[in-house]
Amino acid sequence: MSGGHSTYTPKSGIGRWIDARMPLPRLVYDSFVAYPVPRNLNYAYTFGGILSIMLVVQILTGIVLAMHYASDTRLAFDSVEKIMRDVNSGWLLRYMHANGASFFFIAVYLHIFRGLYYGSYKAPRELLWILGCIIYLLMMATGFMGYVLPWGQMSGWGATVITGFFTAIPLVGDWVQQLLLGGFAVDNPTLNRFFSLHYLLPFMIAGVVILHIWALHVVGQTNPTGIEVKSKTDTLPFTPYATIKDAFGMIVFLAIFAYFIFYMPNYLGHPDNYTQFDSLKTPAHIVPEWYFLPFYAILRAITFNIGPVDSKLGGVLAMFAAIAVLFVVPWLDTSKVRSAVYRPLYKFFFWLFAADCIFLGWLGSKPAEGWYIPAMQVSTLLYFAFFLIVMPVLGLIETPKRLPNSITEAVLEKNKGGSGHPVGAAAEPQTKG
Amino acid sequence: MKKLLHGLAALGLLAGTASLAVAQETQPAPAAPAAEQPAPAAPAESTAPAAPAAEQPAHTEAPAGSDGEAAHAGGEANHEAEPTHFPIKPPKEEEWTFAGPFGTYDKGQLQRGLKVYKEVCSACHSMNLVSFRTLEHLGYSEAQVKAFAAEYTIPKMNDAGEMVDQPALPADYFPSPFPNSTAAAAANGGAAPPDMSLLAKARGVTRGFPQFVIDIFTGYQESGPDYIHSLLTGYNETPPEGMEIAEGTHYNPYFINGKSLAMAAPLSDGQVTYDDGAPQTVDQYARDISAFLMWTAEPHLEDRKQTGFRVILFLLIFGAMVYLVKRKVWANEAH
Repeated sequence: MSGGHSTYTPKSGIGRWIDARMPLPRLVYDSFVAYPVPRNLNYAYTFGGILSIMLVVQILTGIVLAMHYASDTRLAFDSVEKIMRDVNSGWLLRYMHANGASFFFIAVYLHIFRGLYYGSYKAPRELLWILGCIIYLLMMATGFMGYVLPWGQMSGWGATVITGFFTAIPLVGDWVQQLLLGGFAVDNPTLNRFFSLHYLLPFMIAGVVILHIWALHVVGQTNPTGIEVKSKTDTLPFTPYATIKDAFGMIVFLAIFAYFIFYMPNYLGHPDNYTQFDSLKTPAHIVPEWYFLPFYAILRAITFNIGPVDSKLGGVLAMFAAIAVLFVVPWLDTSKVRSAVYRPLYKFFFWLFAADCIFLGWLGSKPAEGWYIPAMQVSTLLYFAFFLIVMPVLGLIETPKRLPNSITEAVLEKNKGGSGHPVGAAAEPQTKG
Repeated sequence: MKKLLHGLAALGLLAGTASLAVAQETQPAPAAPAAEQPAPAAPAESTAPAAPAAEQPAHTEAPAGSDGEAAHAGGEANHEAEPTHFPIKPPKEEEWTFAGPFGTYDKGQLQRGLKVYKEVCSACHSMNLVSFRTLEHLGYSEAQVKAFAAEYTIPKMNDAGEMVDQPALPADYFPSPFPNSTAAAAANGGAAPPDMSLLAKARGVTRGFPQFVIDIFTGYQESGPDYIHSLLTGYNETPPEGMEIAEGTHYNPYFINGKSLAMAAPLSDGQVTYDDGAPQTVDQYARDISAFLMWTAEPHLEDRKQTGFRVILFLLIFGAMVYLVKRKVWANEAH
């Protein structure tokens, strides 16, 4: 799609001068103005833009917070409270940053589920998908380390538990854990390296985001029909069409974000994190941030030994596998049809999978006891079955619905009222996304 | 497509809120989790030194070690009498002036709460994060704050380099009743009374499904003060028959970490004299101290809510305008 040659023509003398030397304005014009997008994109496709905004929000608020934060175990907790109490608008910055992390993850989960629903990972977008998975991994590392910085009870104990995973690895486990902690337990060296990495990783995310967008602009966006763009009538220029639609999506997202920042800023956090970390007092029940809960449930679902693999290592392997499996999704799905719109069976399993993930998240917040354990095991099985059984098998046995010949045809079919009109003259049903 | 959008929206809400809010689900007996969780999740494993003292919740004196065991071993005996999940009763929901999108603190109430803190709580509980100067938020004048601070003494260095007790200044923080946390623990049966600055945000009884979803829409954020009020007024209840209450602890069905706690009922009717005509009852004291602790935990709450109203109003109006532009832009394009 970006294969088409550039249509940028600088209007001013200065514009021509710059264009001949370093065509940055041309790049921006081609990427965000003239760039053709499928005309049938819905609001599920606005999360990419929303995620970019969230990354910027996190980096900006984070940089200012770092000006007031002290990464020393004796000072960290109080310095955060100083921000909340004495720094001008410090409470706003901190609540934006803390809730921003949650909303970053809400957006990324919706973005990933959109990709799974519309088959966005299929050829030729495998690399685009994998780059996205890398961003997600980096986000998880960043989120986890950021949660340690306020030095509350959940900070310290969460870090203890999560770095403890690595001890399950044979031979090098203890060494890896000590490397992460900078010692034998969570302490000042841990806090300092986490702060350093927490500051570094977002810029790495930004770097991979650039690659992600680059890859996107090479292969072009998918769309709800999953049919590739075939002719010029299938697309519209990014500006004003996608720009204004993305803008509206962002504002709605930001309004919900604002509701949480201003009216329920602590809803997504844990009360225990308002108590300073004490390595001698274990909280009754240690839970990670909500966005890790599904994986936390998978970790604890493995309560039995499998051959030489004990339950501890098994749990850790299952948890990492749950993330790793995302990387190979493009090769697990054997269907020739991209979009779930034309795949009735896949659509059913997709929603089942989505429900399973939410259920896993809920289980992740529960103690590993009673009926929660078998529930975790069944849900974990379902999670992996979706990727390892449903995806490969469904492509072979499912009969997809008839596909339209082109995006244009699909759009016209949908807007029955406008049939007969050429695209571009069809009446717009105002209620639709 | 619409369906997907609705689905995704629902997913987002659930994923975002569902899992987390539940994250705070009621806890099992303090001793239980370490024993029950599979190896990787058990923190005690990786930090051996943490283990022994581990199960001691800040304040509780439910004889920790045996508690979980007893609950399981004798579980079938009497569930009523030996509950395993705490608190036994959920906190009572009260009306607070600072609740809701337009909530504000009642300055009179905060002043009464400060009086309760000063005359009762401060005997054991520190409030390290609160400085005297911030008391001006409660409606006191600069001179009043200065006089109030001067009632406290704080060791400071004099010109000769000696530490000498001197009257506190407005810039100083509430001094602790104990020289350090070890002394505090030693004087209180092994568990230091928690610092009160953030207590109203550091205690929250989980709401369970589906209440935690409903809370998003009602904007319920007062679980901290509700908890403190319930706890302070919950001492008069008698434990069910057959329940064993450890020596030196006090039954309270609202306590978050067990069936009883080390702190005895701190308030009694008429204990603190109010000069504004408010009832001098345990219930009123509990209300006032809870509100005051909400203020100490979240001094900028009013500013936050007022700013939020303006921000959201702007976003709604701006969003509506952008939506109209979007409709206009797309009016002639099928999609």
